[in-house]
Amino acid sequence: MNLAISATGDDLESKLDRRFGRCSYFIILDPDTMEFETIQNASRGASSGAGVKAAQILADSEVDNLITGNVGPNAYNALTAAGIEIFTGASGTVKEAIAKYKEGELSRTNEPTTAGGTGKSR
Amino acid sequence: MQITVSAGKGGTGKTTVAVNLALALSESHSVEFLDCDVEEPDAGIFLKPENENSEPVTIEIPEISEDVCTYCGDCSEACEFNAIATFSENVLVYPELCHGCGLCSRVCTADAISERSKIIGEVRRGSTGSIDFYEGDLTIGEPMATPIIRDMKKKVTEENISILDSPPGTACPVIESLHGSDFALLVTEPTPFGLHDLRLSVKVAREMNIPVGVVINRYGIGDKSVEDYCEDEGVPVLMKIPNDRKIAELYSNGVPFVNKFDNWKGRFNQLFEEITRIVNPRAKSVEV
Ligand code: SF4
Ligand code: SF4
Repeated sequence: MNLAISATGDDLESKLDRRFGRCSYFIILDPDTMEFETIQNASRGASSGAGVKAAQILADSEVDNLITGNVGPNAYNALTAAGIEIFTGASGTVKEAIAKYKEGELSRTNEPTTAGGTGKSR
Repeated sequence: MQITVSAGKGGTGKTTVAVNLALALSESHSVEFLDCDVEEPDAGIFLKPENENSEPVTIEIPEISEDVCTYCGDCSEACEFNAIATFSENVLVYPELCHGCGLCSRVCTADAISERSKIIGEVRRGSTGSIDFYEGDLTIGEPMATPIIRDMKKKVTEENISILDSPPGTACPVIESLHGSDFALLVTEPTPFGLHDLRLSVKVAREMNIPVGVVINRYGIGDKSVEDYCEDEGVPVLMKIPNDRKIAELYSNGVPFVNKFDNWKGRFNQLFEEITRIVNPRAKSVEV
């Protein structure tokens, strides 16, 4: 089981990044052992489709569940197609978000949480 | 002669200058007007074109046959715009992110990608008096203005005077509008903000080797910084439009001010003569 968290820094003490496609880092961890690795979000500076690309990165890393702040429609539909479940409603540090997730306090999202499209290029 | 009227940001009076210039010149020249500000085409409000007909503008977007697709992910990796995502058992195409570059179908070794045309906007053609009027219109939600501007510019003829109302800023659609222009007429306001944007516009035009000139709109507000900059940089200030209540009123009623003030008609013709001299310094008399 792989859990991904969008984060502003590269360790468990860093803050949850509420942006999904344009977050700074993804922390990918095994919630049972709490072992984790950090990847820089390569889609962060994408001129378009950051959410789609971020979903691709997570799918390539075999992530099953994601904790983040907001997902737009494109990201939502890519994550869903990749079979990744999205959990929102967390705040504070990555560690706190994981604790809440383990206690079942985070809600699973069944729809995009924002209108998206912040990364459009014309 | 192709003159592109541009501005560092919206709301500086770019469309006003383009429209008044076109109207003033149309009495003695053949003029084409191209509204390249395809996200917000508004020159038509002033020029009120008649007999418009429209042609769609399309791009080719990928369509994937999942029967042959091996989910190798090469297409997603190649796509610069993240318009395709490949997962273990599906491929998603995001048509609204696709720029129609065709790269994905070239890299797909399984031959799983075919292309279909998608309409992203239209070019309308009409006339205003003797002016041939074109405007591009981008379908809402479409990301790309450039192909529409490119299609529209195919209508430009060498012998006529073409006035292009460019989008504001310095992004791709502006570059596309400036491309091939003989002159860039930059409209700005005499304020530090105006100066900031003007510098960028001058830089872009110069990089493209297009001679520039400046029109200062709402002259009288702000400060001298734009004029000082133009003097230091050797950028000619070709016209100053005063911050005049009557001009502003006409503007808000959608009336080009050359239609009300004959002296301005003359000034726009002089402006054109100066542009001609800059573009073609050796020509003795003005010929178009
Ligand atoms: S490159 Fe072709 S075969 Fe590979 S995932 Fe894309 S469409 Fe499928
Ligand atoms: S045509 Fe170009 S932009 Fe469109 S999906 Fe293919 S590679 Fe991406």
